[in-house]
Amino acid sequence: MSVPLALLGLLEREPSHGYDLKRDYDTFFGRGKPLPFGQVYSTLGRLARDGKVTAGQSEPGDGPDRKRYAITPVGKDEVEAWLAEPVAAEPYLHTVLFTKVVLALMLGRDASGYLDAQRATHIRRMRELTEIKRSGNLVDALLADHGLFRLEADLRWIDVTQARLGALAAAVRDR
Amino acid sequence: MIVNALLRAEGISRSYGNTPALREASLSVTAGEVLAVMGPSGSGKSTLLHCLAGIFTPDSGEVWFDGRRLDTLNDGRRSELRRVAFGFVFQFGQLVPELTVADNVALPLLLGRTRRKHAYARAASWLERLELADLGGRRTGELSGGQAQRVAIARALVTGPRVVFADEPTGALDSLTGELVMELLVGLAREEGTTVIVVTHDARVAACADREVVVRDGRVTDPYASGVGR
Repeated sequence: MSVPLALLGLLEREPSHGYDLKRDYDTFFGRGKPLPFGQVYSTLGRLARDGKVTAGQSEPGDGPDRKRYAITPVGKDEVEAWLAEPVAAEPYLHTVLFTKVVLALMLGRDASGYLDAQRATHIRRMRELTEIKRSGNLVDALLADHGLFRLEADLRWIDVTQARLGALAAAVRDR
Repeated sequence: MIVNALLRAEGISRSYGNTPALREASLSVTAGEVLAVMGPSGSGKSTLLHCLAGIFTPDSGEVWFDGRRLDTLNDGRRSELRRVAFGFVFQFGQLVPELTVADNVALPLLLGRTRRKHAYARAASWLERLELADLGGRRTGELSGGQAQRVAIARALVTGPRVVFADEPTGALDSLTGELVMELLVGLAREEGTTVIVVTHDARVAACADREVVVRDGRVTDPYASGVGR
């Protein structure tokens, strides 16, 4: 899960304070693992250093940092490139996929197109594994089968998510 | 659009009453290619298959096969084309239950007026390739689901078709049997240089193909055409 890219994506909606970013991150992506404040501010510091966000002047108020952060064109390009790039078909990618889909809907991007690209990436990997099954021995075939079933589970999630994008978009907007 | 397409649909639409099943769908397939057509239930993928095979004609748009316009041919010419150039494998085999396995496989040749002896010799040869040589005299009702689909594959390939259309060919089979059926269908089609268009909602079946397209709400999405699937 890429915390810097998720924060950049949240900032593309609107400029925000670190506190608000942490709250939104925890709401949408935390899933019982809240982001520590320290990580939020250190990440924002690195993003500012790299020219992906700008930090406004400190504002009066409670909390460690009352700067308002805004995404730069460089940051926007990075979010767009990340959303459009299918994730490698590897284990445990559901959190990344989930984050991309939610952010894409939040930002009005083509979530369905991203899921189509992800499906193609998955099936390409399944094609490679099918060829290994066809040409390899039984041990290779069993290992390939394990990969195929795992990728198939991801694909079912992709299909169901794609069928529910309208409802998910409404849910994301209403939070 | 793919250059040198053997079969292609250009902007075809088809409705059932007021319900659109296909909306300006376009698709190309080259000679010898194995293409998977994926999509959720009711997305229009079977209607697309039927239009490509000349079973249905689209309300608008064009279908071309081997440089000839297919959708404007009359019923008789389309039937003739299907018998000569196309083979079909359906989800439940759709074999003729009153006939033996050998009769079912020889049937497309007999309908095309191939001499009986020659038709049965070719049927026997295909049954052997599908490891069904011992079952030629059985009634199809006595077969398992996997055996019935292998007979259906033999029947689809016996005429030496240019294109085989398969609609959910493993939909009624368990995983292992389905895998064997796909392996035989794709393997034999590749040996023969036959194009295969397989409609499926099963990613494992799609992974046996060279390429896949997705039909959603009657429209075709080709992830490779836009480059995003690369």
